[in-house]
Amino acid sequence: MIGSDVVIENVNKSFGDFKALDDVSIGIKKGEFFSLLGPSGCGKTTLLRIIAGFEEPQDGLVLLDGANVLPLPPDGRKVNTVFQNYALFPHLSVFENVAFSLRLKKRPESEVRERVGEYLKLVELSSHAQKKPAQLSGGQKQRVAIARALINEPSVLLLDEPLSALDAKLRQHMLIELDAIHDKIGITFIYVTHDQQEALSVSDRIAVMNAGKVLQVGTPQEIYESPATDFVAKFIGETNLFEGVIRSVRGEMTEIESPEFGTILITDVDPPPAGTRVSWTVRPEKIRIELDRPQRARDGLNVFQGVVDEPIYSGFQTKFYVKTPKATLKVIKQHADWSDEGPEIAWKEEVWLSFSAEDAFLVEVKR
Amino acid sequence: MKRGPGGLYAAPSVVWLTVFFIAPLLIIVLYSFMTPGARGGVELKPTLDAYRAIANPVFARVTFNTILVALGSTMITLLIALPCGYYMARSSKQTLLLLLVIIPFWTNFLIRIYAWIAILGNEGFLNDLLRALGLAQDSIRFLYNRWAVMLVLVYTYLPYAILPLFSTIDKFDFSLLEAARDLGATKLGAINKVLLPNIRGGILTAFLFTFIPIFGAYAVPLLVGGTESYMLGNLIADELTKSRNWPLASAISLVITLVTTIGVMLLLRANGTNVLGGGGGKEESEGKAGKLDALAGAAVVGTAAVVGAAAPAGGGR
Ligand SMILES: Nc1ncnc2c1ncn2[C@@H]1O[C@H](COP(=O)(O)OP(=O)(O)O)[C@@H](O)[C@H]1O
Ligand SMILES: [Mg+2]
Repeated sequence: MIGSDVVIENVNKSFGDFKALDDVSIGIKKGEFFSLLGPSGCGKTTLLRIIAGFEEPQDGLVLLDGANVLPLPPDGRKVNTVFQNYALFPHLSVFENVAFSLRLKKRPESEVRERVGEYLKLVELSSHAQKKPAQLSGGQKQRVAIARALINEPSVLLLDEPLSALDAKLRQHMLIELDAIHDKIGITFIYVTHDQQEALSVSDRIAVMNAGKVLQVGTPQEIYESPATDFVAKFIGETNLFEGVIRSVRGEMTEIESPEFGTILITDVDPPPAGTRVSWTVRPEKIRIELDRPQRARDGLNVFQGVVDEPIYSGFQTKFYVKTPKATLKVIKQHADWSDEGPEIAWKEEVWLSFSAEDAFLVEVKR
Repeated sequence: MKRGPGGLYAAPSVVWLTVFFIAPLLIIVLYSFMTPGARGGVELKPTLDAYRAIANPVFARVTFNTILVALGSTMITLLIALPCGYYMARSSKQTLLLLLVIIPFWTNFLIRIYAWIAILGNEGFLNDLLRALGLAQDSIRFLYNRWAVMLVLVYTYLPYAILPLFSTIDKFDFSLLEAARDLGATKLGAINKVLLPNIRGGILTAFLFTFIPIFGAYAVPLLVGGTESYMLGNLIADELTKSRNWPLASAISLVITLVTTIGVMLLLRANGTNVLGGGGGKEESEGKAGKLDALAGAAVVGTAAVVGAAAPAGGGR
């Protein structure tokens, strides 16, 4: 099967006075695993429903392979949806659920049998063909919904929080399966989720949304490493986000006057001029935590002292909340093997924190 | 299943059924095999006269007419009730609409029939209107034919069809229709292939709630019908009050019971659902318990039909 590219251009959608989508533009490439990520109520489902044809935007365009699909009804678009609540037909068996679109097209019985068999095998449900949806577990229902959508050979598959009804373990497993199915089938997947972990782990690219707006589109690395706005920085993973004023710029090395930490060094390819108010961020795992003062081995190392307020142990890592005189920093220390382990860092202990200018990022320019 | 003291709790309903359904039914069966009394009632002399009298072309013609009118008006009622129930289920003003459906019950049934006579009569509202608009010179005879009977029957039993349909459609998950559209179904296709099969139970209930009382209708054909729209209920009433042939009235009643009971059982069997339990066609009641349920349901409905047919007649005139 071949995927389509999907271009969303300046789409606006209001429900009464409420603006659910505010001038949304996204370009999705053929065969991409593309995620729409954002908190609940930010307009993800609305955007998906517009692409599927269940909702009409007030203005804007939705192009599939360059052709505007907005005038077409849902049954006229080469797009299929895996609904959040699965929406399996309760009166039909698993087999007939999957066969639904083929029956509509009045395909001969032999072809129906063959194709449904093939897709049930793809989602590993061959032995459940005669069951009714009510007799299936959540994960199985999920897979029926996927097979039912895929058998129609869409060029774009829309998935609306398909894993949200499953428990954590199963979610991880289904996510890997989804990724495998995507690799095998090769069509475009547009995947809606509010779970940043899910989005980061399988997506080729992600659009982060909030309050009806697209804030940033990029690969998981781009989104995580260099968030475009404060919201993205806070929403994706854990972070330390502060404000400051740019004091001086020497090439890429930028000095920020920070009310909390004094002077902070950051590298940025295109820093704004001195005097600009900005927000900056450093991820917790990029901060080193040590009992001894680190050697100033290189230029551009930010170093300060603090007291461990609360260590949170979670097996493979420990998260520390470290109090510096004017702020609290989150620091994550991965546990390596025994030879790498220094002395244990405990509650109330005085520690040294350091991070490189390369690991800190400018996020937003403030007015 | 384990048998606990649960049987005890069923006692009141058993007593109720015996006193109000089974005993009257037995009395009707007995009466049908007796000789008519001179002034109504029966003499305790067993005979098959009543059943011989049934084998009569008049009876066959009235039965045929009854089936025709009952099936026709039930179908029309369902066709109107389905979109009404659908609209109510989707509306944000459900309470108001429900109230509107129920309000007619606040006025006595007979008064509402007379209201129809006031509307449709030769000097009625509709004829006045047509004359005023210059669309007709002479009165048009709307009343006293099969169409008038069907119109008033449909009007009367519409709420009984709307309510069960509304309650089933209200429970229907409308995202299923979107799923069907998504998979390539047209609007009508989605309703046909997904909505209708999922509200089968409600449709069946609505069918029974209208067909059975209409099959035993008496007052409507009497008041707005003509001779050609005579129904079995009228025949029973005539035998009770005019010809004073109670055994024959009983025998006809039993025929109605038999026809409706068999019909209901066939329907239930075809559906495999317990309609009276209000199941949405989801769980299939299998095995003995399910069959017994269906049987009891059919018997109750059938008996209700007889009582319904006989009651207005028993009221006497
Ligand atoms: N049919 C509708 N009528 C009114 N408001 C709606 C409708 N659909 C969605 N909304 C509103 O639009 C916003 C975005 O909804 P949605 O797209 O479902 O968010 P998400 O899927 O990101 O959680 C929500 O605030 C929701 O209340
Ligand atoms: Mg949603």
